[in-house]
Amino acid sequence: MTDLVVENLHVFRGHRHVLRGVGFTLTPGHCLQITGANGIGKTTLLRAICGLCDIEEGRVEWDGVETRRDPPRFQRALGYLGHDVSLKGDLTGIENLRFAVGVRTPVTAAQIDAALARVGATPFGDLPLRSLSAGQRRRVALAALTLYGARLWVLDEPSTNLDTAGQDLVCHLIAEHLRGGGSVLAAVHHELHLGAGQLVRYELGAAA
Amino acid sequence: MRTSSMSAAGLIVKRDLVLAFRRFGQIVQPLAFFAVVATLFPLALTPEMSRLRDVAPGVLWVSALLSSLLALEYLFRDDAQDGTLEQLALSGQSLTLLLLAKTLAHWILTGLPLALMAPVVSVAFGVSMQAMPGMLLALALGTVTLSLVGAIGAGLTLGARRGGVLLSLLTLPLMIPIVIFGARATELAIRGEPFAAPMYLLAALAVLGLTLAPLAAAAAVKIGIE
Repeated sequence: MTDLVVENLHVFRGHRHVLRGVGFTLTPGHCLQITGANGIGKTTLLRAICGLCDIEEGRVEWDGVETRRDPPRFQRALGYLGHDVSLKGDLTGIENLRFAVGVRTPVTAAQIDAALARVGATPFGDLPLRSLSAGQRRRVALAALTLYGARLWVLDEPSTNLDTAGQDLVCHLIAEHLRGGGSVLAAVHHELHLGAGQLVRYELGAAA
Repeated sequence: MRTSSMSAAGLIVKRDLVLAFRRFGQIVQPLAFFAVVATLFPLALTPEMSRLRDVAPGVLWVSALLSSLLALEYLFRDDAQDGTLEQLALSGQSLTLLLLAKTLAHWILTGLPLALMAPVVSVAFGVSMQAMPGMLLALALGTVTLSLVGAIGAGLTLGARRGGVLLSLLTLPLMIPIVIFGARATELAIRGEPFAAPMYLLAALAVLGLTLAPLAAAAAVKIGIE
């Protein structure tokens, strides 16, 4: 059984042919770690899979259906965490989660508190995000991700700005998500300490 | 469990209102601009009330148009910069509906207060109290359409670094019909004549905007966040 199938993906950014025939499959309970030099197209690949940028050729399949055919069906199963934390600086962590998660799925105050506690963000959950450090904001964004209830996580450098404890937290969250039958697609530079056989590596650029 | 489309849209309206009140200056600026520009005309033209009454509709509508252009720049810009628009596009909800919610919140914060303020400003033009309801209704209906048309422009200029002037150039031609019928309805209201005909046309434009503009805005935003 496979969750995500990417086949022969070609993507252009402007006139530059960034991705030339990228393909892989991802099965439930597995994490695919995408590595590669800066500028090789890791972010482009993740955004193309999510449907945020146009695909020139090739296909992305989720649960046996091409994602372009039915984007909402794929989006409901997708939790994307990009370079930006996608949260508002003028709102507190709790308010941010209430709106960001609430748009996708109903969420209670208790669930928000639990999610913030899980990522170690309880002490600053009621402060405006503007007043927090980049790493603290990143933790709130991770809390949002855990609340989406998404089966597939697409993470673009999730550990940016995080301290070593934060990097361990990312590993821990990913491991827990995999145990629950989810799958993860992540562009991460540091080592992911996951169970045997859970981690698959894909080196971008080498395969092209 | 999924959030229904309607409650998602409601959440977006609520979020934008909360955000706006945290940054109060952003709401007040376009309104102050409207009041200042409109009240400059009696000072610059003539103190003669009968002549001022004749130019009042044009002045009010052009000031309203410029002030709404000023506010439009903020409509999607902050959300695009911090990545919130991306998350909305991937939320599994209809982006069209979410952008309509954002545009309505924008109208509540800019168009509606402007319409409410216009009667006060028009006192400087010697407009009688009887004309107020008609003028208020015309501006309320007109500014809804201005916000909706502006949403298309704001979406299209997301990728541009300095989108302000481009936004004006793109949207002003589309806003001409609103100004024509809006100023006509206001003029008839000031003269104390029946203003139903131009008001119906304003309402028709608002309905057209409500149904079509969010679709175009969603398509534009999808290109803009790429």
